[in-house]
Amino acid sequence: MGLFILRRSGVMILTAICLTFIVFFLTNLYPNLEKLAKTQGNFRMSDEAVTSWLTKEGYLQPLYVKYGEWLGVLPGWTLESEEGFTGRCITGIVTAEEAAEAPTRCGILQGDWGYSTVFREDVSGIIGKRLGLTGKLMFWVLMLMVPSALLIGIMAGMREGSKTDRTLSTVSIITTATPEYVSGVIFIAIFASSTVGLKWFKGTATSAMENATFENFFLPVLTISLYGMGYIARMTRASMTEVMTAQYIRTARLKGVKFSDIVIKHALRNALIAPFTVILLQVPWLLNGVVIVETLFNYKGFGWTLVQAASNNDIELLLAVSVVSVVVVLVTQLISDIGYVYLNPRIRIS
Amino acid sequence: MEPLGTFEIIGRVLYQFTPVWVALVIMFAASIAYKRKLGLYGKLYDSPIGMIGFGLVMFWVFTGIFGAMDLIITHDPLAQVSGMKNKVPGTPLKRPEEGEYLWYLLGGDNLARDVFSRMVKGAWVVVQIAPLATVFAFMVGITLGLPAGYFGGRRDTLLSFLANLILAFPVILLFYLLVTPEIVATGVPSFMATVLFIFPIIFVGVLLNSRYHTQPKFRTPLLIGVLGVMLWLYLSLISTNGYLVNNKDFSIPALPKILDLFDIPGGILVVFVSVVFVNSPTVFRIVRGLTMDIKTRDYVAAAQTRGEGSWYIMLWEILPNARGPLIVDFCLRIGYTTILLGTLGFFGLGLPPESPDWGSTINEGRKLLSIYLHPALPPALALLSLVLGLNLLADGLREESLKD
Repeated sequence: MGLFILRRSGVMILTAICLTFIVFFLTNLYPNLEKLAKTQGNFRMSDEAVTSWLTKEGYLQPLYVKYGEWLGVLPGWTLESEEGFTGRCITGIVTAEEAAEAPTRCGILQGDWGYSTVFREDVSGIIGKRLGLTGKLMFWVLMLMVPSALLIGIMAGMREGSKTDRTLSTVSIITTATPEYVSGVIFIAIFASSTVGLKWFKGTATSAMENATFENFFLPVLTISLYGMGYIARMTRASMTEVMTAQYIRTARLKGVKFSDIVIKHALRNALIAPFTVILLQVPWLLNGVVIVETLFNYKGFGWTLVQAASNNDIELLLAVSVVSVVVVLVTQLISDIGYVYLNPRIRIS
Repeated sequence: MEPLGTFEIIGRVLYQFTPVWVALVIMFAASIAYKRKLGLYGKLYDSPIGMIGFGLVMFWVFTGIFGAMDLIITHDPLAQVSGMKNKVPGTPLKRPEEGEYLWYLLGGDNLARDVFSRMVKGAWVVVQIAPLATVFAFMVGITLGLPAGYFGGRRDTLLSFLANLILAFPVILLFYLLVTPEIVATGVPSFMATVLFIFPIIFVGVLLNSRYHTQPKFRTPLLIGVLGVMLWLYLSLISTNGYLVNNKDFSIPALPKILDLFDIPGGILVVFVSVVFVNSPTVFRIVRGLTMDIKTRDYVAAAQTRGEGSWYIMLWEILPNARGPLIVDFCLRIGYTTILLGTLGFFGLGLPPESPDWGSTINEGRKLLSIYLHPALPPALALLSLVLGLNLLADGLREESLKD
């Protein structure tokens, strides 16, 4: 088991390095840098002005050097000009003595995530704050999605082919067929529209960032949960129907155990192994939903930050965002693998 | 002119769809009459769920095709008519010209364009791109997944690592990185197109060669003919104006303009490439898993004993036996591709801003959603019903293919 986790962690780090390098490569292509220079300086910069701005900010070094600096394995660049010293690890323009005191390396290995050119703030601060907000959203999404999906799946799989099963299966197919930007629009139209809607909830979740109430937070949570819910419910149903045809369930029925007792005491435990992995593997998928829903409801969390960073080519923020999302994806995969082994005695013992 | 009532709107919308109804009735009547002779497709008509799903899908397919022929639409989807901005469904035109349709059946959007016609035209965008992109993704996934599952070893480890690498990317981040004008200018999507689109040629080449390599007299002309045509199409596809990439720093020449059969608009090509790129790793994983399962069967061992080549076994023994799950996944994946196209439109990526595709229309409509519902709802419901249809179709196919 220890070796397994170790190997998986190695693969995880390798994946993260490859991915960030791809992001690094794409964001550092010259047209992107030119756009960055023009948004940071002014839009009517000449080509020479762009080049000099990029040189001054250290963007024109070779790609591998820049990547090494970002990682923190290579010393950061410094530049001497008439006004003084500037550099990757130096804030502002300083004198030679101060420049000598500044750390030579500052990358993510040193805990320095860089500086966001859009928000004009440290990346680590932005990521922390936004992740907190998205964490709140995700928590409620999971709280809503998992129990209801399991309930739907169990109710449907309990008696295969019954009317309940047909209805609930149709419901879960419909929810998997409704992407967030469709269900969100429909929900806003029904529940939040000021002209014809029911006006039960608010169509924006901006106020939920400080003070989340049922009124301003329910719609985004519901929108994200629905898309994932159908899939988990179908998985639960499939595993539940399989368990319900097993020999020991038939034995229990023949013994005269109450149907509710059979479902709760005998079937559930075995039926929930498969959905467990599915739920964890859904978390990365939820990330997509989070981006859409946060844009739609104007909730300024992690997904919203991703869109801002990507559309403004904010290199260091984008890299941090991709590191975080890759880690989320890979960690959930790891947990689901470990959890599967742990939950399933047949695998655990062999 | 009076505004139309609700029932009148519904009636007129249904009437506009007449060609679609006719086509659907003909198709269903013909299929049901001959359903015993049509294999899996015919069996679909035994399952009500599958039939409903197939009906929904074909409704949008026909709508897309007839819409592209300008049969269903009432107005030009790009034309702005003065005085129709954000008007509710059924509003009559202020000063209708001779021969113009008199109402905006589903209202006008914030640029005073007809919502109904835009929704119909949007179907064509999806019908054009989604199935074709899925086919390409399957070609890539199958061509790489079969050897990975069959041979295993280092090749498998490397390919699986790459697939997981792409899957670990959040899709939207990937879209933002690939589908911006700046990246298009560098030619990265063109290079990706060059790589991704070569897979169908490899696939067909290997497929035919492994089958007929014992009859060189038949194989050689066949391969020259088929691959020649495919190569020509391939070169036409990737080259625009005689170049693969043409920007101010460098240019790579490709097929000369005279031989170039068709040009794909830059935006569409990028969207297409990125959708294929996102979908193929999942297909790869499915094919790899199926191959690993099927290669332990007796008939594969028999073929190995007969001394058949590995590619023959993969493409003519394993692949046909994996078709059931693959067909089901194909339907689901077209639905997923439709969702992805909508996502791209929703974030305003790739497709031109005035494009009538559903994602872009929803994105425009959502900005005024709390006041005007009608511009955003029709494309949203259209997308929902198409994806639902595909999911139901996949469900029906799964049920029917499990029966035998």
